[in-house]
Amino acid sequence: MTDRALVVVRAGALTTVQDRGRPGYAHLGVPRSGALDAPAAALVNRLVGNSPEAAVLETTLDGCAVRPRSTVVVAVGGAPCPVAVGGRPAAWGAPVVVAAGELLEVGTALSGVRSYVAVSGGVAVEPVLGSRATDLLSGLGPAPLADGTVLPLGTPAGPHARVDVAPQPSPPAELVLRVTLGPRADWFTPAAVRAFTSRAYRVSSASNRIGLRTEGPALERARPGELPSEGMVLGAVQVPPDGRPVVFLADHPTTGGYPVIAVVRAADLPAAAQTVPGIPVRFVAVRRR
Amino acid sequence: MTTRPVGDDALLLEVGSGAEAQALHAELLRRRAEGSLAVREIVPAARTVLLDGLDDPARRAAELSAAEIPPSPARARAAIELPVRYDGPDLSEVAAHWRVSEHEVARIHSGTEFTVAFCGFAPGFGYLTGLPAQYDMPRRATPRTAVPAGAVALAGPYTGVYPRSSPGGWQLIGTTEAVLWDHARVPAALLAPGTRVRFVPVGPAGPVGGL
Repeated sequence: MTDRALVVVRAGALTTVQDRGRPGYAHLGVPRSGALDAPAAALVNRLVGNSPEAAVLETTLDGCAVRPRSTVVVAVGGAPCPVAVGGRPAAWGAPVVVAAGELLEVGTALSGVRSYVAVSGGVAVEPVLGSRATDLLSGLGPAPLADGTVLPLGTPAGPHARVDVAPQPSPPAELVLRVTLGPRADWFTPAAVRAFTSRAYRVSSASNRIGLRTEGPALERARPGELPSEGMVLGAVQVPPDGRPVVFLADHPTTGGYPVIAVVRAADLPAAAQTVPGIPVRFVAVRRR
Repeated sequence: MTTRPVGDDALLLEVGSGAEAQALHAELLRRRAEGSLAVREIVPAARTVLLDGLDDPARRAAELSAAEIPPSPARARAAIELPVRYDGPDLSEVAAHWRVSEHEVARIHSGTEFTVAFCGFAPGFGYLTGLPAQYDMPRRATPRTAVPAGAVALAGPYTGVYPRSSPGGWQLIGTTEAVLWDHARVPAALLAPGTRVRFVPVGPAGPVGGL
């Protein structure tokens, strides 16, 4: 009998199970969660012949190592990194066969932050509210991987893609985030709004799956006091009392009381997920579509 | 009602009071149920309702600004009853702030019918309104690093019940055995927005008449 499972040999700094998340439950306080670089997760799924909703592994900076108990096809994408199978170098960004018992090593990211590992059949942990994603804010979904964790795998859906290496965007040297101002830009002075859309920020090392934190000019408020809690969207740029903008990513809280000066275009968020601390960030105001 | 665009496909609807926000939320749910509002998320909050995942937010904004929002409809369903022991560590502080006895805090709290205004903070954590404004409570100056699951707590105009152990700055007045959140249950959250709630005092050996 084939034992379709993946044994975690080296969990890495932070490796989680991710899929397309659990949108639709924000009114109950449930974050959407899901892969931060969603196009990369979709691509590696396609490379191994999985459906787009299959769960993959999302690593953070230093990769991971896993050993399948049955022969599988894998693909590693997102942040470029060395890949090895059974100690031999293997392709990044392409379907690779890993025989039963062989070690798949996903190395430290050469650039970017998060690599994605798809395995034929997908990671088949029990879904929670329709998703297998680990949500680090609320604790829903499976715990982050630990050495020795055994992850069940699903049944492969179809043949893997016939490509050598799939093209993927490089992690940016400068992160340019297009934003539409509001809903609470009026909580800031005109000078602060100008500073926000013209001055240089940098990615802070305090960034995580909840938000991309920045360092740079503090944004001065035009009014004191607190905003009553209101609903938050993906990409909302919230400004806490220290004045440094935080871009909400997939595990963001569903409601919040700090004013949102602007919202980042959804298409620009995958790049935000791949920027290492210290990378320059510019917020560019664009017209609402 | 003020409408504020949020990004390219969301709209924040702002009204003047919590009661208006609850009425607006009920009306938006009704429109979604009858098929006249296609939206991914309807997220009520203190003075707002967020519509996230709209096809044409500008058109919706125009349509909703002109809309008459009926007051919250009378609810057909009975209030959920949560058994509670009024044994929280901040009960004496709340009693002092309210200028009543601890016994009276329990009587006032359990004599109030609450409504879940909105959720946030954690899955299944409801912000319950119903207490008169004179009973608003400031948060604790120093939050606790761990509040146990089932703790019944007060902050500002709200009552809340911690669905699981977490850090928290609310004033703890009691404990319930009710399971607030169970993702394997349908519905997962006991206290979804719009739900009416009553707290029913119990002692260690079951209900206690007159406390």
